[in-house]
Amino acid sequence: MNKINEVEARRDEFRAFTREFVSPYATQHDNEERIADHIVPDLAKRGYLAPFISQKWGGEGMDMITLGMLHEEIGCGCSSVRSLLTVHGMSAFALNRWGSDALKEKWLSALVRGEKIGGFALSEPNAGSDVSGIEMTATVHEDGFLLNGTKKWITFGQIGDVFILMAKAEQGFTAFVVEKDMPGLTIEPILGMTGTRGSMLAQLNFKDYFVHQDNVLASPAFGNVVMLSTLVFGRFSVASGSVGIIQASMDAVIEYSVRVQRFGKPLYKHQLVAQMITKMLSDLTASRLLCRNAGELLDKADPSDIQAVFLAKYLASTSAVRAAADAVQIHGANGCTDKYPVERLLRDAKVMEIIEGSTQILEEKIADIELQSYEQRDGK
Amino acid sequence: MQQNKELVRAFFGRFFETGNLTDDLDIFKAGFVNSLFAMQLIGWIEKNFSTTVSDEDLNLANFNSVNAIANFIERKGV
Ligand SMILES: Cc1cc2nc3c(=O)[nH]c(=O)nc-3n(C[C@H](O)[C@H](O)[C@H](O)COP(=O)(O)OP(=O)(O)OC[C@H]3O[C@@H](n4cnc5c(N)ncnc54)[C@H](O)[C@@H]3O)c2cc1C
Repeated sequence: MNKINEVEARRDEFRAFTREFVSPYATQHDNEERIADHIVPDLAKRGYLAPFISQKWGGEGMDMITLGMLHEEIGCGCSSVRSLLTVHGMSAFALNRWGSDALKEKWLSALVRGEKIGGFALSEPNAGSDVSGIEMTATVHEDGFLLNGTKKWITFGQIGDVFILMAKAEQGFTAFVVEKDMPGLTIEPILGMTGTRGSMLAQLNFKDYFVHQDNVLASPAFGNVVMLSTLVFGRFSVASGSVGIIQASMDAVIEYSVRVQRFGKPLYKHQLVAQMITKMLSDLTASRLLCRNAGELLDKADPSDIQAVFLAKYLASTSAVRAAADAVQIHGANGCTDKYPVERLLRDAKVMEIIEGSTQILEEKIADIELQSYEQRDGK
Repeated sequence: MQQNKELVRAFFGRFFETGNLTDDLDIFKAGFVNSLFAMQLIGWIEKNFSTTVSDEDLNLANFNSVNAIANFIERKGV
């Protein structure tokens, strides 16, 4: 069996899991603004929380192509559950890639088994796309640092046990491993989000929170490297989840447009509806292929993986918004109600264009990197 | 060593003009590069020299000039 066939063979497994344990709860997650209690144990039981971690820590060393497919299938069922896989995975990724042996020992198995939930805390009220706006400070104190400041929009911040957090230290941006149950941290839930409403966002307020120097990831001035490499992982996950949203839009449209008759024939037989379906399918196919390409390059640790992930996320997230909007359109008034999944898909898709590098930021970065390699190719 | 320096210079050349770059110029202090570059540099070292840059290796002094990087690669024994 070649690699792609081998990977595709697992799609059925992921899809069956999603149909039974994830999709039926998507509306509930959206309405209640929290994921159901059984989700984390169900994911953990199958090893889906951080399967790319090596067997040493209880993972299966899953390759990125397969991981992308898992995140796609879960994202097809519920974007809030997929966002758990994204941020939890980011924390495990950062610890695995940049953590000391002691940090790995302490956290990795617990994250793989779902005994602890991880998150990624970069954004602040005045720092999102522009991370140079980060105001959180880390000042040297005894054998560690005192953290002061606010992290905002932190996915699963309400239930996270450990966060990879970025702060400004004297030496430069520094990445810390921060635990929840310590003095100096208060957590405020953020409710009323437009999309991925079950992803239990929170604001984390730090006041003289002490973090030991052993909890620095990599080394003090290398926070940017930790952050950027972890964001590549997160962006790949969001790209894959966006492909899932396009697939879910397509599934809903096919079901509806075959069943519903207008002007004496099923909706899909009207050419302008068929056109929307065709666009959706080409977007779906192209986005999925770009994700697979990115996964392949990530597995090879090829330096061009950064651009490949940017491209996959750009096409998949913008296509997801188009696909979900067209799916609402094809459903007419029904598409504007919560009796059908498409309005949720549209709200979830819009979030994909904002997180892990907004559309505009990607448009700048992708062009920049391309120009750089053009100059290199032409020896300019 | 000299060969590694050439390779590092060629890699730098993908990102900025290396004509006036001396082997010991601090590329971070001189403002030639950003952190995306630092990440790509680490990825490049790992891939091209089949080694792993671990958290203990992450000291700016290992990566801030042609000399520093060539020395680092040599120390890693690759
Ligand atoms: C549901 C959700 C979950 C999130 N989860 C997390 C999380 O777990 N951890 C975390 O750290 N953060 C999280 N975030 C925050 C997210 O990373 C930021 O929202 C994102 O980086 C954008 O930053 P911002 O919201 O501050 O927008 P801004 O940076 O203020 O941007 C506002 C608008 O201006 C545009 N813009 C900004 N700069 C430029 C430019 N140079 N050129 C052109 N246009 C520009 C942007 O594209 C955007 O359209 C989450 C956000 C959401 C909505």
